[in-house]
Amino acid sequence: MALVGFLILFPLVAAIALFCIRNNQARNIVVIASAIIIAVASVILVVTNLGAGYTPFEFSSEAIDLLCSGISIAIVAVILGFSWKYKNIPAAVLAIIQLVMVLVLEFAFEVELEVPYGLYFDSLSLLMTFIIGVVGSGICVYAIGYMEDFQAHEPEGAKDRRPFFFGLMFLFLSAMFVIVFSNNMEWMFTGWEITTVCSFLLIGFTKTEEAIKNSFRQIIMNLAGGIGFVVALYCCAFMVGTFSFYDFLVIGCQKPALVALAVTALAFAGITKAAQMPFHTWLLGAMVAPTPTSALLHSSTMVKAGVFLLVKLAPIFMVCPVPSLMVIMVGAVTFLLCSFMAISQSNAKRVLAYSTIANLGLVTACAGVGSPEAVWAACFLILFHALAKSLLFLCVGTAEHHIGSRDIEDMDLLFDRMPRLARFMMVGIMGMFIAPFGMLIAKWGALVSFAQADQVALILILGFGSAATFMFWAKWLGKLAGIAGQPENVEVTVHKSEWASLLLMVVLLICGCVCLPLISAVSVEPYVVSVFGVFGQDISTDNLWLACICAAVVFVALFAGAGKTTSKQKKVPVYLAGVSRDDDNRSFQNSLSDSSEAVTRNWYLESVFGEKKIAPIGVLFNSLLMGAALVMVILGVGIM
Amino acid sequence: MTLIQILIATVLFAVLGPVVGCLLAGLDRVISARMQGRVGPPVLQPYYDVRKLFEKEDAAVNTSERVYVVCALIFAVLSGGIFFGGGNLLLDVFTITLSSLFFIMAAYCTRSPYAEMGAARETIQVMSYEPMVLFMAVGFFLACGSFDVAAIAANPAGPAVLQIFLIFVGVLFILTIKLRKSPFDLSMSHHAHQEIVRGMTTEMSGPTLGLVEIMHWCENVLFLGWVGLFFVWGNPVSWILALVVVALVYFLEIYIDNNFARVKWQLMLKSAWLVALLGGGINMAFLMLI
Amino acid sequence: MAFASKSPWVIHYDGSSCNGCDIEVLATLCPGFDGERFGVVNTGNPKHADIFLVTGSVNERNIEVVREIYNQMLEPKVVVACGICACSGGIFHDCYNVIGGVDKAIPVDVYAPGCAVRPETLIDAIVAGVEVLDQKSKAMAEAKKGK
Repeated sequence: MALVGFLILFPLVAAIALFCIRNNQARNIVVIASAIIIAVASVILVVTNLGAGYTPFEFSSEAIDLLCSGISIAIVAVILGFSWKYKNIPAAVLAIIQLVMVLVLEFAFEVELEVPYGLYFDSLSLLMTFIIGVVGSGICVYAIGYMEDFQAHEPEGAKDRRPFFFGLMFLFLSAMFVIVFSNNMEWMFTGWEITTVCSFLLIGFTKTEEAIKNSFRQIIMNLAGGIGFVVALYCCAFMVGTFSFYDFLVIGCQKPALVALAVTALAFAGITKAAQMPFHTWLLGAMVAPTPTSALLHSSTMVKAGVFLLVKLAPIFMVCPVPSLMVIMVGAVTFLLCSFMAISQSNAKRVLAYSTIANLGLVTACAGVGSPEAVWAACFLILFHALAKSLLFLCVGTAEHHIGSRDIEDMDLLFDRMPRLARFMMVGIMGMFIAPFGMLIAKWGALVSFAQADQVALILILGFGSAATFMFWAKWLGKLAGIAGQPENVEVTVHKSEWASLLLMVVLLICGCVCLPLISAVSVEPYVVSVFGVFGQDISTDNLWLACICAAVVFVALFAGAGKTTSKQKKVPVYLAGVSRDDDNRSFQNSLSDSSEAVTRNWYLESVFGEKKIAPIGVLFNSLLMGAALVMVILGVGIM
Repeated sequence: MTLIQILIATVLFAVLGPVVGCLLAGLDRVISARMQGRVGPPVLQPYYDVRKLFEKEDAAVNTSERVYVVCALIFAVLSGGIFFGGGNLLLDVFTITLSSLFFIMAAYCTRSPYAEMGAARETIQVMSYEPMVLFMAVGFFLACGSFDVAAIAANPAGPAVLQIFLIFVGVLFILTIKLRKSPFDLSMSHHAHQEIVRGMTTEMSGPTLGLVEIMHWCENVLFLGWVGLFFVWGNPVSWILALVVVALVYFLEIYIDNNFARVKWQLMLKSAWLVALLGGGINMAFLMLI
Repeated sequence: MAFASKSPWVIHYDGSSCNGCDIEVLATLCPGFDGERFGVVNTGNPKHADIFLVTGSVNERNIEVVREIYNQMLEPKVVVACGICACSGGIFHDCYNVIGGVDKAIPVDVYAPGCAVRPETLIDAIVAGVEVLDQKSKAMAEAKKGK
């Protein structure tokens, strides 16, 4: 209990301190110290409660309820201020609607719903705690070095807004802890809104025209999701009669018809936050922000809040067909189409964004299926996605500062130019899609659960989506693997803080892969068992051991085998069908006796997988689907 | 128990896989020659070729290429071991994909324009056949109730092909891509020149190329094993049936190889995905819903 | 036992030939003569080839290309000059741009004369080249052991 409170409050204190500190040196120390404290506290909480079931804490306070209302007003005030400044009407309208709804709920009706057990944790919360506390704080540490470079790239005399940036980062962590630990849905909603507004401010951080535009897109979509959440709160107040999330889930499993609307509304909120189509554009737009922001939004916070909510709702989805079908199809279609669109992207951050959305789609689909095996897969997808994606974002950020581009084509020869970073990036990429690593094991679990649940459409989608996934990762991996001559090593100027967090992510990813059976046993299975009461093992331990062997071979090959400088082999130039001039930049003698350079680009298959072609399909399909689901739930059609 | 069984099978496959694969490759060349009205080389020609490659000078454009090729070979052998050791079919599929990935990286790392082009085409090839391969594994699961090859092969209810015939047809289609046969030999061709020289293997020479050949032998044996699995059930006689079918399928592939011109990637991708969607989708839907 | 002789992979380069010899080189691999009986495979890549078949004479433009292909072939390797032009420059020997036979650019192991060179001659030349390959292969193996 004390630790839970500490995890919520300490980042908040750190955030306030960081808002105030103007001195670089002092700030760096505070960031590193707080990050370490948060990480250690999270790990202690997780380790001391391994395999814990639902553990509530008796904690309720009228004052906190009032404080939540106060925060809601403050959030809306911030949004209104920015809408006024940038003349954005939709955001203002949505914000006011939301505020009115919240205040009416709180003060107009005398709803006296005490939630005696305000806080709780279970194994899923603990898994999230680990992700937020360790990965999230790792990203904060990384941001120290990154923001120093960022500030150096700013024009002379620009205001140093780093206090604001770091303050927001830690505020974000605090809000995430509120979400995962709150049993009181009103408190959870407050955390939810804080993450929305924090990411709004972080996306708009650079204050360029594009950043402002994208930040407003984000706030509009997430305010819409927030309104969904408020609708769910209304349903809870008047139909279900509780604000306790745990009671809500228990009642929902018993009387699915009663909670259908609330679950649909909550699922809608989760879908917006998890950036599922048609709301995927806000996450793509979020790429304009400094890379640590992207990493934070994508890997450990924000979007994970969305899927966290959906996974928590999984048991209800199992008995409640309409929202279940909506969530399954939205997730599955998003997974498929975003995997396709990732093929056509050459901007590394956009590829990562699409792959994030796609993987969240898969988690969403798994949550929608709601069977124990699917939830098992969803939990692992969340964990390994957080690890691999944060690593990849941080690598791309560092590479961007040192090669001056985030285009994959410009990452040619990175294996020579930034040898260590390229290997980290390769580990991250492999971690995202290839056999022995966590993500694929999770996908494997998903496939098995779909097969057992007779979801033929999902299997088809998973098959085609995974194939597309292979394509876009493999070609990126190939670009990184290229070796020629000895170009200048530009890696020496990378900040120590960046190395530290990169190393942390790599170690976590590798450990995660190697210890997968263990994680399953002490964390994910207890959650599944505590929720469903049963668990059928999908993947036998023998197979996981085989996967470990494969992983070991891959790591040895990458870190000890590839890129040796000495060898008994004779080194020969590449074949260029004629007379080579310079092997390192692939130039050859052309028919006029001049030098020509051979240039290759990866394939982006724009004609087949172009964004313009594919995005409208998903947007239209998913919008219609959600509209239909909403109408059905309101009319009470198709509910048992 | 199973783990040890699979590791033993892997060691055995490392020895026997290349032997069988080599003979198959030799037969392929003889039969192809006869189809073209030639006498053709001796059956052991692939063996001579590889022995010669190992006698050649050891040279490479960089030090990493060989490492990746060795990884690809290891994973190909391991996936053979998983399959013939009766392991999990999905794991087998994933492992052989890992092998393909390392082969692709070996080609990319040379930075030869021809090899890079070949590697890019190879990623499209993998993308083309991967869905069908996954559906094959799921199809076996639906038909026999298990992903374990041992359980599928001991299925008492008759051969799996009776229930997943459409999937079998789909697998035959993508088998042409997997065996690198014309019309789908886009990334590297066994036959003489190609517009991208020798595609992925352009920079691989001497012993490295020898390793690649051995890897292909192992892969071919594995893929034909997949085909045979459709026809094996609890009855020992079925093994003979499976062998006959495998021989026929291999002959069919050689026939296709000799009679079709290489297609463009668009056609390959679209046709392979269509086959996977129809063959896999209809068959799986049939099994799940009826 | 040396396996080089059992699997001679060839690469064919047309210097400045009139294309007569090129047609015969390809004819050697066609069903009529079926060079593959002896394991001959036509590769398009010097890195895979053991025997270098050059047709036509060497001139100022292509001498570097001939050298490059030769250099990119791995030991053991053999060069066969196919046709009289490749052997000595032939009727083009006193053209303003012609340097002469292939041996002006790279060491030639077997000379196969003829205008155009006959497939039978070519097969003979390859068989002769194969013996040279074997010798070189053995020499390499011994040098390796000697180390």
